[in-house]
Amino acid sequence: MDNLFYGSLTISLRPQGGAAVEEAYAQTLNMPLGLTLKMGRFFSGIGYLNQFHAHHDDFIDRPLPYRALLNNQFGDDGVQLKWLAPTDAYLELGGELLRGDAFPGGGAAFRGAGTWSAFAHTGGDVGFSNSWKGGVSWLQTRPLRRQAFDNNGNAIGAFSGRSKLLVGDFVWKWAPNGNPINRNFRFQAEAFYRIEHGLFGAVNPTAAYDGRQFGWYAEGVYQFMPRWRAGFRHAELRARNSGPAVAPGGVLDSQGRRSWRDSLLLGFANSEFSRIRLQVSRDASRPKVDYQLSMQYLMLLGAHGAHQF
Amino acid sequence: MKRFTLLSALMLFIPALAQPASAAVRVFACEPEWGALAREIGGDEVSVFTATHALQDPHHIQARPSLIARMRRADLVIATGAQLEIGWLPVLLRQAANPRVQPGQPGYLAAADYVQKLDVPARVDRALGDIHPAGNPHIQTDPRNIGRVAAALAERLQQIDPQHAAAYAARYANFARRWQQALARWPRPDRARAASASHEPRRTGSRHSRARAGRRHPGAGHPCADGHPGAATRHRVH
Repeated sequence: MDNLFYGSLTISLRPQGGAAVEEAYAQTLNMPLGLTLKMGRFFSGIGYLNQFHAHHDDFIDRPLPYRALLNNQFGDDGVQLKWLAPTDAYLELGGELLRGDAFPGGGAAFRGAGTWSAFAHTGGDVGFSNSWKGGVSWLQTRPLRRQAFDNNGNAIGAFSGRSKLLVGDFVWKWAPNGNPINRNFRFQAEAFYRIEHGLFGAVNPTAAYDGRQFGWYAEGVYQFMPRWRAGFRHAELRARNSGPAVAPGGVLDSQGRRSWRDSLLLGFANSEFSRIRLQVSRDASRPKVDYQLSMQYLMLLGAHGAHQF
Repeated sequence: MKRFTLLSALMLFIPALAQPASAAVRVFACEPEWGALAREIGGDEVSVFTATHALQDPHHIQARPSLIARMRRADLVIATGAQLEIGWLPVLLRQAANPRVQPGQPGYLAAADYVQKLDVPARVDRALGDIHPAGNPHIQTDPRNIGRVAAALAERLQQIDPQHAAAYAARYANFARRWQQALARWPRPDRARAASASHEPRRTGSRHSRARAGRRHPGAGHPCADGHPGAATRHRVH
């Protein structure tokens, strides 16, 4: 925006009409001591995939843990402070203080400071051809009467309490001699552990609830020739919820079932601005195994800035 | 006794706080030619990190963690400019949290600002491929441009590190003399041999045919309208 600040605005148009502001933030460029402050509405810096807009993904949809634990992508209003260590080895520490209105939060507790996060990332190169980045993140929020809905949009319950999420992420990129144009490979994996305890109820939170959920995904995408790439992703989710609020056979009872989903991808990208992909998925996240075929085209009009690593 | 203990404790701390006698200017060079130039002009006064190597295409670099960390402590960033590094340098500058090297500051040097750019396109259209709106950024293939950038670099180093200004001036004078002698020695550009020779200095920058760059289709990868050859055929400076 000027020499002191960088800004970004992302507005999406809903198919049913209306617009939603996905991101609208300003970021400092000139703070001393290696600090960067971001303020506004933005996607949280936890994990790896969360900060990227969905169009940047190689796969058509977000992995299962993202969909279940972060409602596809976690973003909220607030501030983020990052510190980059003055070392030759990359080390970044960050923290956020957010409003607490977005899932897994809800109700903007503590007068609008209901969610906070902390994360640390490190990374480096291995030779000319490989680079990697990994980190650990913590997301803690205090939902107040957070609503849950079923697939038909009916409210099935409200939860008040504490929600804590631990995320570990890792990405490895390979390109022959550091040149990703013709061939390159990316491996990416994240693991999630969520603990929630508080009260849950059909209308008002009344019964005690203790939820432990664990999920992870790993994906590999290989660009085997210019413009063409193929990928595979496996994702899993498990829940162990307990307490009086968990009625046997009810919505909170996972019945010891393990949910998973496999996706196979074929992508064609003539340039950064026109991309077509085909994805086949075997979805076992619901009681009945489901096969899904999706095709997506992504066309970008106008200038587009570079993405992060 | 107390005063003596305090004084001796302070004396132990002072060496840690004092600036080292030869604090090197940290240079972050985006391409190897600017790294080599920085070593020529800077000598022992600079410590140079080069972000890309000769086998890499500088159009397609990712702003990866190792580059971010190196830029964090850089005193001077030397980039080609003219949008050559537009795919990664802006992201790097944003993430490196280093106010000294932001564009407009003394710590940011864009080589293309000091030369005359050729082939500035009349029309900018993505149907032409990935073209450079500010003109041909492959300025390093004309050795006369290197001389111009060297002068600008010497001046900038003097500005950032006035303590060693005399050393930079002397090294630049030495380099400029040797460069002029080399320019007189090297054959003049010959357009008839443009398609074959990769080490000939070329006035218009690297106008290699697309076939040489291995790009057969206009849409493959990111072909430049000027048909850049990639760094492997770069002219090496001595």
